Amino acid sequence: MKKIIPGLVILLTLFATLSVRAQNELPDPMSPPRLVNDFTSFLSQNETLNLEEKLRRFNQQTSTQIYIAIVEDLAGYAPGDYATRLGQKWKVGQSGKDNGILILVKTKTSSSKGEVFISVGYGLEGVVPDAVANRIVDNEVIPAFKQGLNHQGLSQATDILMSITAGEFTADEYVEKTQGSARSRSPIVLFFLIAVFFSFFGGRSRMGRHSSVGRSLPFWMLLGMMGSGGRSHGGSFGNFSSGSGGFGGFGGGGGGSFGGGGAGGSW
Amino acid sequence: MVKKRKSLITIAIILVIGLFLYSSIKGSYNGMVTKSEAVDTQWANVENVFQRRADLIPNLVNTVKGYADFEKETLTQVIEARSKATGININADNMTPEALSQFQNAQGQLGSALSKLMVVVERYPELKANQNFMDLQAQLEGSENRIATERRRFNELAKEYNTFIRLFPKNIWANIFGFDKKPYFEAQEGADQAPKVEF
Repeated sequence: MKKIIPGLVILLTLFATLSVRAQNELPDPMSPPRLVNDFTSFLSQNETLNLEEKLRRFNQQTSTQIYIAIVEDLAGYAPGDYATRLGQKWKVGQSGKDNGILILVKTKTSSSKGEVFISVGYGLEGVVPDAVANRIVDNEVIPAFKQGLNHQGLSQATDILMSITAGEFTADEYVEKTQGSARSRSPIVLFFLIAVFFSFFGGRSRMGRHSSVGRSLPFWMLLGMMGSGGRSHGGSFGNFSSGSGGFGGFGGGGGGSFGGGGAGGSW
Repeated sequence: MVKKRKSLITIAIILVIGLFLYSSIKGSYNGMVTKSEAVDTQWANVENVFQRRADLIPNLVNTVKGYADFEKETLTQVIEARSKATGININADNMTPEALSQFQNAQGQLGSALSKLMVVVERYPELKANQNFMDLQAQLEGSENRIATERRRFNELAKEYNTFIRLFPKNIWANIFGFDKKPYFEAQEGADQAPKVEF
């Protein structure tokens, strides 16, 4: 017994130090709990709020949690591994349903590439297969990020993920639409041009009354609405973008679990 | 009167010791069963994700085959490694370190055959741009990520169970009831090195 007690103490301290080390590597979710956790300044404040409101509303309506985590470095993990561990640690999604998605962004630095990974919880692996997550990253997120349109990339990705997980259109329909990716971009580009035109035009006529920040928000919202409307075949996201700005309360991760599903890319 | 009281006390002491033993054994035994079951369940998850990777291979081979000049040797290696890997199945109940390392070896060979294939693919830009291939590649990467995740969880649960059965006084009950240590997945030798391909 005398020999065992020091052994136990050593074992316990070992476990304690191990768990402390493991916790230091991955960041804790921001407080108060939120869905868009930007640890960098990848998104502007308005852009963050816009995404947060959209995702929070979606969480309230469907209980599906789509988290966004933006970090500066991956603590030595591969992007997929990091995203899976983070989703697991933050308990993204509801317990039992495991209906969480975590979009991880590692910002581009002078010495390293930017990385994106869409990590899909156990419960959504069927509706968002790896190949679909990969197409969303390749077709929506990376091209936008390459042009510096950070918010647009995340907004489009979340629009598609919301539509697919809510059953508005299936992953197969999305795959069909992205078949021959060059052609499918054109409506989006067109919408984008129209949106730019309108925001420029509309902005000019009211110049002086609105600050530039006030103008940029409706512009992005318009873009978000058009982008999703164009692809969801009549499925309307009007409810998400319109309405009052007040957020409902958000209690943080619901206990979801991740098994390593999803896909990513770099830019 | 004194004798009667003494024997009463003895009976009481025996009863208390008996109760104490019973609850200790019951708690330990049930704990060991629960933790052992958790490891076995996790083993099923591990096998699942390995199977998932194996299931992707026929489709992958067919897609790659379509490129006429694609070297056959790499493909043959993948197919052979796959049939070897899927041939090894472990029963969770009597999992020995040898069986697990055999399983891990076969799966590791399949893994390196696959990563070699992916390196060779770099020389075929047309294939790399093929949407079907890109989908398969994403699925394959997803499988590798799932394997890493489930393997890690298996090791965590096995470690929890192993620690549990080796601590005093549970180690005594574990011995009596035949709860054995569960093997771990070892870090694969050279798994962190990219495969070499001769051009």
